[in-house]
Amino acid sequence: MQFGIFSVSDVSKNPVSGETPSEAERIQAITQIARRADEVGLDVFAIGEHHNPPFFSSSPTTLLAHIAALTERIVLSTSVTLITTNDPVKIAEDYAMLQHLAKGRVDLMLGRGNTGPVYPWFGQDIREGLPLALEHYNLLHRLWREDVVDWEGTYRSALQGFTAIPRPLDDVPPFVWHGAIRTPEIAEQAAYYGNGYFANNILAPNFHFRPLVNLYRERFAHYGHGTPEQAVVGLGGQAFIARRSQDAVAQFRPYFEGSPIYGTSYSLEDFMRGTPLSVGSPDQVIEKTLGFQEGFGDYQRQLWVVDAMGLPLEMALEQVELLGTEVVPVLRREMEARRSPEAAEAPTHSSLVRAKYGEAEPRQPTPSPNRGDNLTGASPYQDTDPELAAQYPELV
Amino acid sequence: MSEREPLRLVAISAGTGNPSSTRLLADRIAQKSLDSLREAGAPATASTVELGPLAVEIARATVSGVRGEELQAAIERLAAADAVIAATPVYKAGISGLFKSFVDLLDNDLLVAKPALLAATAGSARHALVIDDQMRPLFAYLRALALPTSVFATPEDWGASELGERIERAAGELAVLLRAGVGAEIADRGWGGYQHQFAGNATRAERSGEDLDFDSPLMRLAAGGATARLDPSEG
Repeated sequence: MQFGIFSVSDVSKNPVSGETPSEAERIQAITQIARRADEVGLDVFAIGEHHNPPFFSSSPTTLLAHIAALTERIVLSTSVTLITTNDPVKIAEDYAMLQHLAKGRVDLMLGRGNTGPVYPWFGQDIREGLPLALEHYNLLHRLWREDVVDWEGTYRSALQGFTAIPRPLDDVPPFVWHGAIRTPEIAEQAAYYGNGYFANNILAPNFHFRPLVNLYRERFAHYGHGTPEQAVVGLGGQAFIARRSQDAVAQFRPYFEGSPIYGTSYSLEDFMRGTPLSVGSPDQVIEKTLGFQEGFGDYQRQLWVVDAMGLPLEMALEQVELLGTEVVPVLRREMEARRSPEAAEAPTHSSLVRAKYGEAEPRQPTPSPNRGDNLTGASPYQDTDPELAAQYPELV
Repeated sequence: MSEREPLRLVAISAGTGNPSSTRLLADRIAQKSLDSLREAGAPATASTVELGPLAVEIARATVSGVRGEELQAAIERLAAADAVIAATPVYKAGISGLFKSFVDLLDNDLLVAKPALLAATAGSARHALVIDDQMRPLFAYLRALALPTSVFATPEDWGASELGERIERAAGELAVLLRAGVGAEIADRGWGGYQHQFAGNATRAERSGEDLDFDSPLMRLAAGGATARLDPSEG
């Protein structure tokens, strides 16, 4: 079971001080938050992707590569990578590059994005968002698994003899989570490929996502990846912790009430009761999170939002600290104790390498000398099956 | 026939006064509809959803997407209804914003093929076309079966027997349509052809793999197939 944090990268006004951090301040702050998460033993740090203010994270792989260089153990991920408005070819390249630099501490979560104008800004149409997402992932999946891809589809130009470089680290692609909050086709795609399914589990009633999670589990089994209980499920959540529950509510209240979307529409108490938001002592947050396991079944990844709503850096760091020292150690123990022995572990680069190669050495793709194209022969790499290797005319 | 479950009529009233003439109109229509059904030997029950007390939850759900418990209960009551009576006051030459805001929160398939009796109250007979101009298109969008007769009432109507006759006529249409089972049969036959939301509020909403069509173009694309648009034979 992995525990960590995810951020949508909003640059929000601190409703208590009245000040809004600059982009520069928030970008520095998020690297500190990620480093602290690594130091206190959290397993995952994930960052969103946006292309409009007031967000700062337009280029997750740049940020995550920097964080990778500053951290030791934490897995770096996204929440989410836009599979619609990005070219899947560029996603294949960027995240493979990141995976090499982070020495395998990388996976990613794919989502469609719901900001209408971003689609046309990137030459796409939100009304085609679903088939676009599905087709793009189908291509991405192949780009990471086949050295040379011939492909033709609807939403991007066709590819002939294309090799996405670098090949994934150890020739094992980053693990992919598909994020969806309402679309059964996305759960189906996650299930078909044996990938993970992630429900953001925020801003919606308790257990609202259970039908989708159950659908994904059922279809995961249908496609022969294991039992429904072995499917790879991730959940989000939002937490604010203080040692005493009344302090948590008192400290969090001005940030919640100052939030433009929720504060003026909902009472904090209603939101705490009716949605997965946890505000309270470590014990209360633990209790609520154990309820997720009960309601959704054994799952593999739990992420919390801790830096939204204009929370200042010091408070966000304290949240990370409390999660890492007081909440997660207990949750690890408790969830492990309640877990079915059948339930899958969260996939990591090393577990995927083991699954692919066993004890054997992983493949290390090494290109052949430049011959100017990828079109002849089965692969531009030296370990191409000799039967399929290109035959060059011999010069006499 | 007597063994089957009573038909469920649900009236929505966007009236806010107390007493409210919109609520009064909705109640009279509901009562007449029950009478018509009972006369024809079809047991039925009626209940009313008052939107006034839900106004805050409706507004919150509009901006945040999160439905409060009472609002959710009202939506579920409508989902389970066999027929709907929708009554709104006319404000500023249009249907009440509260009424429209509530309808905006309904799943697109919540009222598919359900008989809908449309009603409105206004301060002046000059607003008489609001039902036809605004409510009919709205219920057409929802694929509801709006009845031929709608009921519009202004202050002077409450002293005229013609209002009672119009209510009776509309209630009679509702009873005929319900007893014939037209709406239920349309939904039975064509449910798959309407737009749906997975795990939505409609009573027939898809809730698990058993309910889904995995042979649809998008589902095939999800399972590694080619993009639907490439195959014109898919329509």
